[in-house]
This record gives sequence, C-alpha cells and structure tokens, in this order.
Amino acid sequence: MTHRVAETPNRFVDIPSIARVEGEGALHIKVRGSQILDLRLEIYEPPRFFEAFLAGRHYSEVPDIVPRICGICPVAYQMSATHALERLFGVEPPPGTHELRRILYLAEWIESHMLHVHLLAAPDFLGYDSAIEMARSERAAVERGLWLKRLGNDLMAQIGGREIHPVSPRVGGFSKAPTARDLRAFLPRLEEAAGRILEVADWVGALPQPSFARPAELVALTNPDEYPVNEGTIRTTAGRVFESARFEEMVEEIQVPHSNALHARFSDGGSYSVGPLARVNLNADRLTPLAREAAGRAGLVLPTTDPFASTAARVAEVALAIEESTALIEGYRAPEPPQAEVTPRAGRAMWITEAPRGMLYHRYDVAEDGMIQAARIVPPTSQNLRHMEEDLRRFAPTVLDRPDAELGRLCEMVVRTYDPCISCATHFLRLEMERG
Amino acid sequence: MKAAPEAPAKARVAVFKLSSCDGCQLQLLDAEEALLALAERVDIVHFREAGDRSEPGPYDVTLVEGSVSTPEQVEEIREIRGMSRFLVTIGACATAGGIQALRNWQEEGLALHTVYPTPRYVSTLARSTPVSDHVRVDLELPGCPVDRGQLLGALTALLAGTVPRLSTAPVCVECKRRGYPCVLVTKGEPCLGPVTRTGCGALCPAYGRACYGCFGPMPDPNTAELARRFGELGLTGKQVAARFRFIAGWAPEFREAAEATEPQGAGVRP
Repeated sequence: MTHRVAETPNRFVDIPSIARVEGEGALHIKVRGSQILDLRLEIYEPPRFFEAFLAGRHYSEVPDIVPRICGICPVAYQMSATHALERLFGVEPPPGTHELRRILYLAEWIESHMLHVHLLAAPDFLGYDSAIEMARSERAAVERGLWLKRLGNDLMAQIGGREIHPVSPRVGGFSKAPTARDLRAFLPRLEEAAGRILEVADWVGALPQPSFARPAELVALTNPDEYPVNEGTIRTTAGRVFESARFEEMVEEIQVPHSNALHARFSDGGSYSVGPLARVNLNADRLTPLAREAAGRAGLVLPTTDPFASTAARVAEVALAIEESTALIEGYRAPEPPQAEVTPRAGRAMWITEAPRGMLYHRYDVAEDGMIQAARIVPPTSQNLRHMEEDLRRFAPTVLDRPDAELGRLCEMVVRTYDPCISCATHFLRLEMERG
Repeated sequence: MKAAPEAPAKARVAVFKLSSCDGCQLQLLDAEEALLALAERVDIVHFREAGDRSEPGPYDVTLVEGSVSTPEQVEEIREIRGMSRFLVTIGACATAGGIQALRNWQEEGLALHTVYPTPRYVSTLARSTPVSDHVRVDLELPGCPVDRGQLLGALTALLAGTVPRLSTAPVCVECKRRGYPCVLVTKGEPCLGPVTRTGCGALCPAYGRACYGCFGPMPDPNTAELARRFGELGLTGKQVAARFRFIAGWAPEFREAAEATEPQGAGVRP
C-alpha cells in the first residue's frame, strides 16, 4: 500500500541572532505542515576555555579569574569558588562573613533580576523591540526598574569595590569589609525599594503574558531555615535529594554538534531546569512576607511549571532580597579581621550556590602547594539548554498557525524567559563521557 | 591622526560583541538614566543585548567588546571596520586579548581538548587576540571591565566631535592622590600599580589588596624593576611571570615582562 503525501513545502523559521539575551545564540526551526522536522537552539558564542587555563594557576587567583566568565553574575562565580576552596582547606571565615556574602549575593540577584524583568523580558510582553523603545510609553516603569537595579549595583559596589568583577571577595573572606555605617547608609533606599518592588509586582501582574503548561523537573538548593543562596541540599520536584559533592555522579553533560555549550541532564537521561522558578517552587515556605505579597500581586501561583511564571518569580525574589538585606544590614557587624588565614591542602573542592539563573557548580582539584590542577564549572544555563530545546519542541506546535515572524518571536520569548546567560554556558564545560 | 566624527544631528551608534563576558557592554546598560538620555541624543542602531534592532552600517561610532578568537570573528571585525567611521574597542578583551588569551601560551589544541570531547564541532583559533591585530582601531578603552565613567566620557566627547584623551598615568598616581597606604611598601604585596594604567580609581589598593593589572600596561612601564622588586619580596620567577600573564597578559609590555622572567616561547612568537 502506498501513501500519497501532499507536497507541503517546508517552512523555515530562522532567528540568526537572539536579541536581549546575554551572549550569542540562534534558533532554527524547520516545519512541514503541522510537524516540527528540526529545531535547534544554536549556541555560537565562541569558547573561552576557562577550565583549561585555570589549571596551573594559584588558588588565590581563582576569585579574580572566574568572575570573568560572566559580567552579569560575577559574584555567583566568586561565591561558588571561594566556598568550594574554603571547605577543602578547612577554613572558617571570620564571623559576619556569611551575612556579608549573603548581602552581596542578594544584591546581585536584585541587579540581575531587575535587568531581566525590565530590559530583557518586559519589552516582549508589550510588543517593543527594546526597553529603550519601551521607555517612550512606559517611562515610569522603566525608570523604576532601573532605580531598583541601581540599588543592587550600588550595594555590590560598596561591598565589592565595583559591581562588575568585584575585587574584595577572597578565599577566607574579604580583602576589606564595609563598616556597619557604610551599609546602614543603604537602609533608607531599601525601605523605599520595599514599596517600589510591590509596584513592579502590580505592573508585572498586569502584563499580557503567555502561559505554557508542560511537565518539568525543577531543581534547586534548599535549606531548613533560609532561602537558598550560598549553600544548601539539592532537591527536585520529582523527589531527588542529594548533596553538591554528588553532583557529577547525578548529572552528565553531552556535547551536541550545534552548540558550543554542552547540555546537562540527569544520568538517567532526564532533562531538568534550574533558576528562580525552581527556587520558588522548592522553597515556597521560606519566602519572606514581602516576597509572598510580591508573588501574589505579580500573579505567581505555586506550584507551577509554566516557564513564563519566571518573571513573577524574579520579582518575588527581589522582594525577598530587599527584605532580607534590610534585616542583615540592621544586624551587621563587620568581620574583624575581614579575611581568615588560609593554608592550602591537596584534594578536591566542590560547591554549589544559587546564581541568579540557578545552580552553579564548581569543582577544583588542588595540589598541596595550592596550585589548581583541574577545574570543572557547570553553569545554570547549560543545565537549562536541553530543557529549553524540549520546551520549544512542545511550544512551537501550539503556535504554528501564526505567521513566521510571530512564531519566531514567540519562540524567542520562551528562550528569553529562562534569562539564558550564553557566555556562562559556553566554553568551559568538560565532558566526562560521550555517547555515539 | 584621524579626525573625530563631526557631531551630526543624530549619530548612529552600534555595539558589537566578540569573545567576552558581556561585562563591558553591561556598563552601558548599567548607565541606566544616562543610557536613556544617550538614546535620545543618538540612534542606537545595533545593540543585540539591548534589543532586536540590528541595522547595517554605516555607523558613526562603533563600540566593540571582546577579543578575536574564531575565524568567523576575523571576517566579522573586518566587516564592522568597513562600516564604521570611528571604531572604539571597549575593555581588556578587545584591547589586549583578554583573560582568554591565557590559552595563547598553552600548547595548541590543548585547551580545546580539555573542554570539549569532540573538538571538530567547535570553530576556534589557536589564539585570542586584540581587535587592533586585525583592523585599524581609532580609540582603545582599557579595563576589565571598562570604566563606566570613561566609557560615557569617551562617547560624549566623540559625539561632540573631539577625540578624548585618556590618562596614561599609573595606578600609583591615583593611589597617592587619594592617600591610600601603599600595599607594595607597607604590606609587601606584589602590586602591579606602578606599571598599570589608571582608570579604575585605584580600586584594589582602596580595598586593601594588590592591583592585578586589569587595566593593562601604562606606556613604557618599568616592568624589569618591578619584577626585580617582586623577586626581593620572595616571589619565584614563575610567580612573577604569573602576575604579568593575567587579565591583560597578552598586551605586549606585560607579555615581554613575563617572557623576560620566565621564557615560555609562545609569548614572543609572531
């Protein structure tokens, strides 16, 4: 028996350069009729080989090297690295360091999330090409977002010296810690920010946003009594529980021909997703009162696996960051001395922290003299890439009736809602195994 | 010397990225209110991180972030040059090859294999090089990241039709001016301040630590004397070389300083 197949021409949707993401990627979709024949999220951001040149450097240089992987989340890199190395060396940083690092990291969440919500994501929902265009009619909203972002940036600069590639974070603590007075100067702005983030929540709640239900295994750090930032146990919405030291056992990375970033998945083959959406789902009972209120006003209903709910999740996390930083600053005592003595020791250092975009894994093999012998870094975006592609394969068929330009734009929005950081994802993932 | 562009009613400004971390163009997004004000005065016709708009040249002022590290980028930067009246490199990657130039000293192909199991999928050059190795550059802004004040100042000057002059003084001058205790003298730390050009505001000494040279070399730095001093502080030749072979390590002055202390060969190959 033979089938006569109607000659349907192939339809190609090509987005050669995805806008409003960090780094360089492209999206190719090949469709015939109602079928997706091929869909590739192509990552052509060139490799920069951080893992290769970390080998042979002294451990004390690591906090100056790894932030250069990403200008948007440099503190995340510094924190995963310093915690990993301190744990290996058995270093206990001075009292107050834990709190100061939390303030610094939360400030990065504020900066990164407000950048994403206002400059990268919101123009999608309102049909603008950029926040600069959007500012013509939504000036007040854009200025409010930039004001909040500036608060995050200024707090980072106060603690770290500058917001992009801070200089004070060291293995063992900080080269210099701010005085209580330095930080208390931020309290009036934080108080004002607590009001403004609720306005942002109302604004985000009213944005015309698509929704897209799909199954997903969400993964994040968790702690018994605080929202995860610098440490925690890994939990997933499918019930897996494991410590960072077992990350490489649980997760494998595979190389695909169309991407300079490796794809991560669980060793049993399942893809997963990390980031604000995963964090709020797995830590809903650790959200602060202001974060709950912001979540409610932004339209976030938990649990949810809708990737477009990530925008509201970011707003809730910024509210949490504002409220927690306020409390931490009120109770802050400058660590004295700011940095503990460090004596290196040979072995393997591993740690995970929660970068704005999700879990960031670092591993260093260190020699007795403190020289790095090997490094492995698994950033959040490479953990999300496979999931992103799978989302697109599910999402694209639901909007195939739209004209090419709109279809492309909608798919681009799916990618953007993950806030991918392509510079992070590219070029430093080391593959332990390869499948034919 | 090339004349700066005259200030047209609405200058066309483009921002491009090669191999980098996005931190330097983020300085533009971080300029916030200043960015919105700038967007009113000029036409930002290409800036992928900010938006979809992606118009071809000619551009009056083009900002380029990142180093050249793939065969495609060699072509791309030539095209960008061809469309640009005034080409400005922003930051250590575009100006000196960036931290990723550390691979330039590694055995060819080593870095690729360390990171990727199937290297044939990945297109890359053996070396990460500054933009000026490939095309004529009209102005270079150093720093990792570039200083936001310097970047906005340079843009404003170019748009007003003048070429900005950047200070070439070492970090030391800034440090003394601000009255910070010298970390080299008082703490005995291997500070690169005496040979690194200012622009950061002597940030590391302000935060109690040695400068690590992220703004790259000042003109005619006395690296030999500084290397000798580092030796007196107890650093081995290898450690001294590692101080220079860092964020701006591929800049000729730092490359030669490292080579003089610990010859590796690759650093002086053409």
